[in-house]
Amino acid sequence: MHELSIVSSVVDTVMETLAAYPGAKVKEVRLRVGALAAVVEDSLQFCYGIATEGTDLEGSKLVVHVVPVLMHCVPCAQDVELAGLQSFRCPRCGEPVLDLRQGRELEVESIEIDEVEEKA
Amino acid sequence: MTTRIVELRRGILKKNDELAAGLRQRYASAGLLVLNLVSSPGTGKTAFLERTLRELLASGAKAAALVGDLETDNDARRLAASGAPVRQINTHGICHLEAEMVGKHLEGWDLAALDYLFIENVGNLVCPSSYDLGEKIRVALLSVTEGEDKPLKYPTLFNSADAAVITKIDIAEACEFDRDLALRNINEIRPGIRIFETSSKTGAGMVEWLAYLNEERVRRQ
Ligand SMILES: Nc1nc2c(ncn2[C@@H]2O[C@H](COP(=O)(O)OP(=O)(O)OP(=O)(O)O)[C@@H](O)[C@H]2O)c(=O)[nH]1
Ligand SMILES: [Mg+2]
Ligand SMILES: [Zn+2]
Repeated sequence: MHELSIVSSVVDTVMETLAAYPGAKVKEVRLRVGALAAVVEDSLQFCYGIATEGTDLEGSKLVVHVVPVLMHCVPCAQDVELAGLQSFRCPRCGEPVLDLRQGRELEVESIEIDEVEEKA
Repeated sequence: MTTRIVELRRGILKKNDELAAGLRQRYASAGLLVLNLVSSPGTGKTAFLERTLRELLASGAKAAALVGDLETDNDARRLAASGAPVRQINTHGICHLEAEMVGKHLEGWDLAALDYLFIENVGNLVCPSSYDLGEKIRVALLSVTEGEDKPLKYPTLFNSADAAVITKIDIAEACEFDRDLALRNINEIRPGIRIFETSSKTGAGMVEWLAYLNEERVRRQ
């Protein structure tokens, strides 16, 4: 269970960004999480509530976009998407695939905030 | 009030990844081969390392170890009996090692005087796979007692490994261990990975393992 430390660094990252938007209210935090990133969405959601309590992120929504695994298949000369994580073989030709192109991402994609209108 | 979307595109483990990249550079310039050993609790990481360290030292190589543990220093004491320099990383409840902990515990060690550094991670098949420690080789261990389908249950870890070690083969028969199935499952998750079948009790498989270590170390220089 390392989701709490992951969520804590999400909170830190968002807080840093918020410094440039004084008074803004965070509505949504969007993550990109690879299917091979070894984190579980339910645990992220559970930890998010705890980690945001008493911060400027309290009450915001966490949205997790799961990024599928893309492997490069040499015989097919293209990147192929794996249907699951039980077999690292090309779904087109059946050959083993070794070269990971996508699927370990763990990043804060964007945040949605309500900004305070600046007075003229 | 205006609603605004701020694009961040920031890696959540960026700090760890940067520290790990720094460590990787240090290891490379010191000509040091670093391995990160990962498995479930009780697979036999410490026993396997005890034997590896003893045999390496006897052959004249210079090896050291860092060992992560939630609370105790039992594993560090077992490993230190080999005569190799060993340091304990007490994670105080954290379920994996991070690059920062490794960097801190290397302070004062002359890396250029070493050939091998082994890092025994905390017994856990999930969390350590997200944290790069700057290692060259990630070793996933699996014992004959824990089921042939471990690689299928923990694909995120086995897919990130560079070598696999099956431990406790001395008791394979008593456990009705299905060797072909285990090899097939490992290959399904990480096709073509080097697999070593070992026993820390009898020393089976150690010759192949030590030859691999030597090959990989020479390749580094
Ligand atoms: N029969 C047999 N038992 C072994 C072998 N290797 C380890 N064991 C036993 O398995 C148990 C666990 O071994 P450890 O080396 O402590 O395992 P570990 O992976 O370091 O455990 P943690 O650090 O707690 O995750 C001990 O009782 C060992 O004696 C082996 O090759 N054969
Ligand atoms: Mg141990
Ligand atoms: Zn293909």
